[in-house]
Amino acid sequence: MSQSPSLQAVGLHKRYGDVTALDDFSLDCAPGSIHGLLGPNGAGKSTAVRALTTLIDVDSGTARVAGYAVRTESRRVRERIGLVGQGTAVDDILGGTQNLVMFGRLFGLSKTQAVSRAGELMAAFDLIEAADRPVSGYSGGMRRRLDICASLILSPAVLFLDEPTTGLDPRGRNEVWRTIRRIAADGTTVLLTTQYLDEADQLADSISVMKAGHVVRTGTPVELKKQLGSDRIVVTVSDAADLPRVTASVHSHSTPEIDSAARTVTIEAPSGTAALLATVRALDEAGIEPEDLVLRRPTLDEVFLALTSQEATS
Amino acid sequence: MTTLSTPRSSALRNGWILTQRELLHWERQPALPIFGLLFSIMLLLMFGFLFGGAIEVPGGGDYITFLLPGMFTLTMLFGVESTMLAMSTDAAKGITDRFRSMPIHSSAVALGRCGADMASSVLNLAVLLVGGLLIGWQITTDLGSALVGVLLLIWLRFAVLWVGIFLGLTFRNPAATMAVQVLIWPVGFLSNVFVAPETMPAWLGAVAAWNPISATATATRQLFGNPTGITTAWMNDSALLMATAWPLVLTLVFLPLSARAYRRLRR
Ligand SMILES: Nc1ncnc2c1ncn2[C@@H]1O[C@H](COP(=O)(O)OP(=O)(O)OP(=O)(O)O)[C@@H](O)[C@H]1O
Ligand SMILES: [Mg+2]
Repeated sequence: MSQSPSLQAVGLHKRYGDVTALDDFSLDCAPGSIHGLLGPNGAGKSTAVRALTTLIDVDSGTARVAGYAVRTESRRVRERIGLVGQGTAVDDILGGTQNLVMFGRLFGLSKTQAVSRAGELMAAFDLIEAADRPVSGYSGGMRRRLDICASLILSPAVLFLDEPTTGLDPRGRNEVWRTIRRIAADGTTVLLTTQYLDEADQLADSISVMKAGHVVRTGTPVELKKQLGSDRIVVTVSDAADLPRVTASVHSHSTPEIDSAARTVTIEAPSGTAALLATVRALDEAGIEPEDLVLRRPTLDEVFLALTSQEATS
Repeated sequence: MTTLSTPRSSALRNGWILTQRELLHWERQPALPIFGLLFSIMLLLMFGFLFGGAIEVPGGGDYITFLLPGMFTLTMLFGVESTMLAMSTDAAKGITDRFRSMPIHSSAVALGRCGADMASSVLNLAVLLVGGLLIGWQITTDLGSALVGVLLLIWLRFAVLWVGIFLGLTFRNPAATMAVQVLIWPVGFLSNVFVAPETMPAWLGAVAAWNPISATATATRQLFGNPTGITTAWMNDSALLMATAWPLVLTLVFLPLSARAYRRLRR
């Protein structure tokens, strides 16, 4: 990838009184990728998004978005970004189309252009049948999609989404996920903040874990999971008496872990599926028929908890 | 896909688009402005007929004709609440942030508020003027003077618009809006809107006489040819000047403060 990043923040600092919201915050997002910014409440995710979308001035540090300096070329930046903030920023009283037409005209489109762009977006995001209804009657997922439409009017180079699925039911969340994948597939760089690990896992090409205003780790979901530990194979047998036979038959670098109460043996499996196959063969040869056999990868939850607590003490 | 030509954008055009937003609100939810108008009419009838018989106007004259210009003035003053509420609601819902993340002129948001609130106030005032004429209020001067009177009322509304924008941008929570709603009543009532200051205890009368609201009420009374309830000559003579100057002072103070408050959203 020789392209320069769509978004680059270097050493951002932002204080609110005694609270340090951003503490040497740095971030790079490759063009066309979905980048997840993951962190617990108060980690500074929204502050980072607000700084990158020209809404607040940082105390120090520099940031470039879509090729322009956020601080000194804010207007150029604003022409090239879309922002979906935490909470839906659309007019409740107006209809969906009326909202998009208003925002479109504010973006500088003529009335006819704004109307036709609104129609395109409403159709593309499945909002046509609710086009004229007041937004106050929309479901959470529909409001969110309308909110996203409003930020796509000028086809932004970089789209910022601050916790886009917070408060949505699984169905609404799925709708929004599909929407985000499509936007990224069209070439837009997406920076997405979330508290949901599965969301970052599902959507993001790369993830930055944030804690106390600072990015503590960046990588692909797979890389982050690898850093924490290897895959494990968990064998469950129907009779606890079989457990020693299981440990004796399988190959493992380290001592298998036995849990007699749960009737399981946990085996480290750095080679993943290859180790799984080997285990299946070994068990078969030993004539053991397991009740259950799974390959477990560390979840992002585990990564997240490990990162955000371990760095706290160091 | 629609081909997007070079975006056209000027502060005025953006302000006008945001004004239209308010007009669309009226169309979508006519109940809201209608209840606002009904409230004004209710106040008018209540004060006019409840106290009408009991209150005497110094220097003579009919109470309804004394009261009405005061009520018009009060309505303009109370407009500060709706301005503040609209500003703080948009800020709380993140709509202001959306506007600020867009390539629009920084004065567009205020211009839009200005257009929307002035439009609704002019409408409100028109309804009150007609309502007043129906219950016996009269304009005894010429059309030109009456028009100047109306302009003075709108001028006051324009001044408190900036107070409202400033407050709405600075205190962005519902509690602050409540506080302003409570504090605005003494400002409105410690004036000559309902009773002549001459009938009040001396200190209260002095406060009421110097209240900016009193200046507009007195000046419009004069311009409509209604009793002013003032028997001291200098106060009658200076009313027009004061009614012009007070809103000017308010605007000169609160317009820059509003611009500053908008910039400080970036902090
Ligand atoms: N305008 C502000 N004034 C004072 N403190 C603020 C302001 N904005 C953010 N903070 C503080 O900065 C810290 C980071 O806040 P931020 O909203 O960026 O966190 P977040 O990661 O988005 O949290 P959440 O998941 O709850 O949305 C918090 O301690 C917050 O209280
Ligand atoms: Mg947040």
